Amino acid sequence: MRALLRALVLLLGPLLGAVPPAQAQAPLIADLDDHLIAITTGFAGADVLLFGTTDGPGDVIVVVKGPVDNVDVVRKERVAGIWINRKSLGFQNVPAVYMTASSKPIEDLLPEPLRASYQMGIPNIRIVPVDPADPELGEFSAALIRNKQASGLFAPQPARILFIGDRLFRVNLRVPSSVPTGTYLAEVYLVREQKVVGVQTTPLVISKIGFGADIYDFAHRHGAAYGVIAVLVALFAGWLAHLAFRRR
Amino acid sequence: MTWASAVLDWFLGLQIYLPIAEVALNVFLLLGLGAGVGMLSGLFGVGGGFLLTPLLIFVGVPPAVAVATQSNQVVASSVSGVLAHWARGNVDFKMGAVMLAGGIGGSSLGVIIFTVLKELGQIDLFIAVAYVITLSSIGILMAIESANALARTRRPNRLPTKLHQHNWAQGLPFKMRFRKSRLYISALLPAGIGFVVGIMSAIMGVGGAFLLVPAMIYLLGMATSAVVGTSLFQIIFVQSWVTFWQANNNQTVDILLALILTIGGVVGAQMGGRLGARLPGEQLRFLMAIMILVTAGGMLYELVATPADPFTLVIGGY
Repeated sequence: MRALLRALVLLLGPLLGAVPPAQAQAPLIADLDDHLIAITTGFAGADVLLFGTTDGPGDVIVVVKGPVDNVDVVRKERVAGIWINRKSLGFQNVPAVYMTASSKPIEDLLPEPLRASYQMGIPNIRIVPVDPADPELGEFSAALIRNKQASGLFAPQPARILFIGDRLFRVNLRVPSSVPTGTYLAEVYLVREQKVVGVQTTPLVISKIGFGADIYDFAHRHGAAYGVIAVLVALFAGWLAHLAFRRR
Repeated sequence: MTWASAVLDWFLGLQIYLPIAEVALNVFLLLGLGAGVGMLSGLFGVGGGFLLTPLLIFVGVPPAVAVATQSNQVVASSVSGVLAHWARGNVDFKMGAVMLAGGIGGSSLGVIIFTVLKELGQIDLFIAVAYVITLSSIGILMAIESANALARTRRPNRLPTKLHQHNWAQGLPFKMRFRKSRLYISALLPAGIGFVVGIMSAIMGVGGAFLLVPAMIYLLGMATSAVVGTSLFQIIFVQSWVTFWQANNNQTVDILLALILTIGGVVGAQMGGRLGARLPGEQLRFLMAIMILVTAGGMLYELVATPADPFTLVIGGY
């Protein structure tokens, strides 16, 4: 019970803004070089450095997950020669982004049941189908993962964590340009002898910033006012154009 | 002054992130598209929206955003157009107002249809099909008409066909006199035309001049001098209405994209207008018909060709 509580505090501490107990015996300390990624008008993806130390030799696994959402997987079918969106299956709890990193191949570090319980590796992500009885579920979940990988949001291969000596580690996490906004979590696990001996979670906030973000926000919050402004701007632009090109 | 510098950054940087479309596109590509289509519209005397929307879809703007934004851009181009026609006294405001009454009703229905289709996940398909059908029919009609006109110019002694027939439409109630159009007809006719074109223009994001102008000439028999100015006049109001409801219901109007297209468009239209004055009309119309048919063919291909992956994801679904 105490161990569970301790794990919970370690897991949630940074999220709640509490300072994790900085005792010397903490087996694992990890952090990101930047906890905020701003998507501006010229955003082309970003690199985030995750680094930390362990209290001795061991291996490290990192799982980064974006905010979860519902996703519909829609299949086009040919109807009378035209490709039309027909069948659609819903999935819940789909992370917007999923990346892993490890110092050795994850399969060598932990047995499958543990990997499954920590959702390590794409097949272990706990995606919940809305209709688990659908006969074509397999095809649709494969399409979900394939599309996520194609858009760069699910990393097919784990990134390589580098150790400096046997205590200091670092890994570069590549954030693709198409990332959705929200609060991401990087879970860092210290592994020894096929067991997880330390966990730390650290948040990463990705948000839109700048003029473009303001416009998007305004359009979605005040649709009517946005519409009026759009019309007025167009009327004014048309009048200006007329003035500029009037035959003298 | 951060906004001013942000605006400056956009114009210096090649890629511009369109906040509503949520894609980054090259600003010169967009200006070029606006200018190219504006030039065609100056050359041929139509709005060009029916070409610009498919082109925007080709370069990666989501169809729903392309359509709604195009409505916004049409407002700007119609204002500058109508002011020029007004100065020459070529706007029949009474006719425009009657058509507008129908147009508001039709476009409201069009936006509702648009919203329902968007929720059903079929809006992209519907837009593409609507374009393929209208573009190919208009393209074919224009090609035949201009080919005939070209043939006629070689045999100049043939008489032009009768402009408007006297038929069942003469019996409709609510007759009104339209002085500038030189017509005495039932108000139901222009209102009905406005209604039908209103539906189409809301769904397709076009001003509808390419539908209105032939309808006004061939169905109503309006005096040709007032046709373009009057259609532009009512398009301003219908498209302002559509823009408002698209923004309110669907959040698909990208002001930034509309502005860039407008800038390109007005410059292009001036160039096109000057060029068009020096070129023969029938050849121009024939060229235009070919271009419309090519666009229709491109859209048809997208509908029919086997997609690379038949599956797509809708985030935040159902």
